[in-house]
Amino acid sequence: MKLLADRELLWLIGGILAFLAVATVIAQVLKGRAKSESARATVDNLVARIRAWWAMVAVFGIAIATGGYGSLVMFAIVSFLAMREFMTLLPTRRADHRAMLWTFFLFLPAQYYFVATGWYGMFALLIPVYAYLLLPSVQVLAGDTEDFLARSSRLQWVLMICVFCVSHAPALLMLEIPGYAGEGAKLLLFLVVVTQVSDVLQYTVGKLIGKRKAVPSVSPNKTVEGYLGGGGLAVLLGTGLWWATPFAPWQAALMSLVIVLAGIAGGLVMSAVKRDRQVKDFGALIPGHGGVLDRIDSLCFSAPLFFHLTRFYFT
Amino acid sequence: MLLERLVSALLRGTCRLVTGAQPRWLCDPRVLGPRVYFANHCSHLDTVVVWSTLPDALRERTRPVAARDYWGHGAVRRFIAHRVFDALLIDRKAAEGAELIERQRQETLEAMTAVLDAERSLILYPEGTRGTGETVQAFRAGLYHLARARPRVPLVPVYLGNLARILPKGAALPVPMQGQVVFGPELHLAAGEEKQAFLERCRRAMLELGEGRE
Repeated sequence: MKLLADRELLWLIGGILAFLAVATVIAQVLKGRAKSESARATVDNLVARIRAWWAMVAVFGIAIATGGYGSLVMFAIVSFLAMREFMTLLPTRRADHRAMLWTFFLFLPAQYYFVATGWYGMFALLIPVYAYLLLPSVQVLAGDTEDFLARSSRLQWVLMICVFCVSHAPALLMLEIPGYAGEGAKLLLFLVVVTQVSDVLQYTVGKLIGKRKAVPSVSPNKTVEGYLGGGGLAVLLGTGLWWATPFAPWQAALMSLVIVLAGIAGGLVMSAVKRDRQVKDFGALIPGHGGVLDRIDSLCFSAPLFFHLTRFYFT
Repeated sequence: MLLERLVSALLRGTCRLVTGAQPRWLCDPRVLGPRVYFANHCSHLDTVVVWSTLPDALRERTRPVAARDYWGHGAVRRFIAHRVFDALLIDRKAAEGAELIERQRQETLEAMTAVLDAERSLILYPEGTRGTGETVQAFRAGLYHLARARPRVPLVPVYLGNLARILPKGAALPVPMQGQVVFGPELHLAAGEEKQAFLERCRRAMLELGEGRE
């Protein structure tokens, strides 16, 4: 339990717990005040969301506390669940069956294996090169050319988003940053906290003072006020957490800005996918939130960018 | 006993993991039966999915109807069919000659009514054989004859979604996508209802369950 001896890590975790405790109290107060039907529905959803947050923080906390392998296993499971949700929604044909087996049983475990062993080259190339070329080859051997380009693109997309992108979060632990050895867990926590707090604050600020719809044709609940207010606050928070990272305050601010912008893009892109498939959520595994992929849509976009920027400038 | 329980738990766990199937109940899941659950047939997973999503008390009282020519062969299949599923094996292969066919049909019907008379439920597939999963084929007459023989026993349509994509015909390994299991409201044969009209009504009831997906 070397990690538990890390003061900064304890502060981070303590901060998250305090944040959740305050949110729980506020939700209870709001619950007593909600009068109208729609207000009550909003508060009930808020209560469900916060309850689910406690569970997610517990799972993530255990993963972090058990060190690198714990986080790895957790993110591999997250990838699996996200991929299951995504694949279920997509139209596939009988001829795709073998290629789908490969995505689940070969590429997903292999990607996390390369993260575990710290083999950066294969980690970075497995899916963009090997899977990219192998999957359509497997598909074409099944002999069905109907809708072929769309079918093979869909599989690539699922694998990129759910496995390649997500795996960049635990891969932060394999970065060797001078003067920061063995402290990667805090970097991972920084990424996840800024990404998720940005989501939460965008939602909260949007609900409180949101007026102008940002992109009504894609995601009618997103507002300009939510983006600016919530995103801005998340950047401030990220900047305030510089002491837990290898970054100077101004670097932490820029990193947070990148995380927030990527997260916004990820949320919008995945909303467009849901619109396209005519569903509201990717699943129903997390009460109040929807599916796993609904919760990590912003992380899918922020993790690879954050990973590569950190790797490029700090290792 | 221990081995049966172990295999049963293992099958249910694997099924849960592979299909992630959570049942949706539009009829009362606490009614112990007898009932006739009739489902669309598109994958080898069908029986294990319906069977494993039933609550424990119901599952113990439910016998899936299965083809003897498949489940009666080989020690493992026989063990699972008899000792784990407690399946009712029936002859699918048509006998030669009109008289023999009629007798075989009569025997099958008697075997099924005997299960219902013992206060137990049945799982059956009125399409007969597995389809591609894209459409639900026309129902065979067996469901009608069973409903006429035991008109008081409720019939429950069960819609299985996505299982043909998870494990299609001819595939050995399943892709772990999300399956869908919907238990619909109970049905009965109406007084004087024609065979074709009744079978079509049952088929429509099953299809509607599939359209209700989000």
